[in-house]
Amino acid sequence: MTTLLKKKPRKKVTGRKVTLTISGWTIALIFLAPYIEMIVTSVKSKSEILSIPTTYLPQHWTWSNYITIWKQLPLAQYLRTSIVVSLSATILVLLLAIPAAYYVGRNKFKGRNAFLLLVLVTQMFSPTSLIIGIFREIIRFHLVNTWMALILVYAAFNMAFSIWILSSFFASIPVEIEEAAWIDGATRMQALRQIILPIALPGLVTAFIFTFISAWNEFVIALTIESSPAHQPLTVGLESLIGQYQVQWQYLFAGSLIAIVPVVILFAMIEKYLVSGLTAGSVK
Amino acid sequence: MTTVRKRYRVGALPWIGPAMAVIFLMVLYPAFEMVKTSFMSIDATGTSHGFTGLSNYRTLFRNPNLTAVLERTVIWTISIVVLTVLISLPVAQILHAKFPGRRFVRYALIVPWAASVVMTSTSWLWILNGYYGVLNRILLSLGLIQDQKQFLGSQTQSFTWLIIVAIFVSVPFTTYVVLAGLTTIGEDILEASTVDGASGWQRYKSIIFPLLRPALLIGMVINLINVFNSFPIIWVMTTGGPGYSTDTTTTLAYKISFRNADIAQSASMATINFGIILIFIVLFLKVSRWRDDS
Repeated sequence: MTTLLKKKPRKKVTGRKVTLTISGWTIALIFLAPYIEMIVTSVKSKSEILSIPTTYLPQHWTWSNYITIWKQLPLAQYLRTSIVVSLSATILVLLLAIPAAYYVGRNKFKGRNAFLLLVLVTQMFSPTSLIIGIFREIIRFHLVNTWMALILVYAAFNMAFSIWILSSFFASIPVEIEEAAWIDGATRMQALRQIILPIALPGLVTAFIFTFISAWNEFVIALTIESSPAHQPLTVGLESLIGQYQVQWQYLFAGSLIAIVPVVILFAMIEKYLVSGLTAGSVK
Repeated sequence: MTTVRKRYRVGALPWIGPAMAVIFLMVLYPAFEMVKTSFMSIDATGTSHGFTGLSNYRTLFRNPNLTAVLERTVIWTISIVVLTVLISLPVAQILHAKFPGRRFVRYALIVPWAASVVMTSTSWLWILNGYYGVLNRILLSLGLIQDQKQFLGSQTQSFTWLIIVAIFVSVPFTTYVVLAGLTTIGEDILEASTVDGASGWQRYKSIIFPLLRPALLIGMVINLINVFNSFPIIWVMTTGGPGYSTDTTTTLAYKISFRNADIAQSASMATINFGIILIFIVLFLKVSRWRDDS
């Protein structure tokens, strides 16, 4: 690493670039490796998967796995649960976080610091550490095997992050822009909807994608409170294949890729905001 | 600001109330419920038989697996957090420099971060498979091993691989945190130090690293909490087994309640875990305040 920083004579600049490029691409290969293996396995035939030693690339590219999987697994059901639950939780988060973030970003009020501390602390809580309490509560409210249980839990645990990132976006918008709208007779809500939200769009998109992905990938809560396949999301549904007598790896990975590809694309879209967003709560 | 407050003097509650209600209902209430459960007697059917004081904690401390699990949790948390940082620092340095395809490499690093940890762990489980796994094939081809290895065969090996996979999923986030830190340092500072004639390592140690420290500390505390809470990797790859030999306190708490159906004893384990996380959070608050002061 030291060599990367050393200022070297011009002649060696190309050598440094070659080292950098090789290291960079090696890193990419390492971090893509398990997903490349997923892709390769998902298009192997059943017999090829169980050959010893294993093949690097499929001898017969069995793309039909991606069609048969819909008949072999209740994949459509899992997918529907994942989409409904993640979208509902995300919309609920934005509906509640936007006004809270806006108010906190714009006003000084009594209890503001207490509220911010509550948000900062709950941002650090994870559903995993509270699973026993959540489980007991869900039973008490008769929400076992419902989508509502997941929607509420996912919304609650992502609320803090969205409030943080949105309030820093709102606070950075000059108040004069809003005041101009008020003078033109707009109410505070109208100004928020028509002036502020469009300006804060990158923040909204980041909060949306972040919450969506975190709900989409959640595992422990869904594993614990959803025992009927009709209410299980992709993470739990696919994982249940591992316990079976003969694991159908090709279907397991085809299903996993169907779950992974969309969120990777979404995440890549907010790459720019990733870190500023993640540290927004702590650094601001 | 004052005009704002004069014209629209509505209380804060309508704005922040609904968000707070959801946090109270689904985050703080379960925390309270969990701590309460740890002091109650609850049978396997979930029926409560009132408070029993510290009896669940006593049962937990008599659990023969507890000491080993506690030791393992410490090794798990510390080794993953430290190794993740040690790997992320040079990786971020590489991704900060310019080279052909840098954008692609950055996107590649995002994949394990965005993808479900359950699914990533499943792929590792398959790669490490003792009969059909591709790692066996690669090592055989390279002549590094003579016959197929059961990578998840023994306790030590399994646990080592669990740690490797956990590092694999933690490095992308940490690298991006360091990368953000590097971006804020600015070229002028770096150039000024080059003019002063500092060597590469000197520059890194005395200029770059100290400037990275605040971002790094925050990243580390976030990792600390995530790694301590980590569940899917262990659950998918070994289920904490064989026996309890690869469990951490997080998976142990889960097993006690959902396999042994002793939710009250499990709640006492989870309450202890939660207490440890609260300590991490205080640490986090200190670290971020420290940043504000500097």
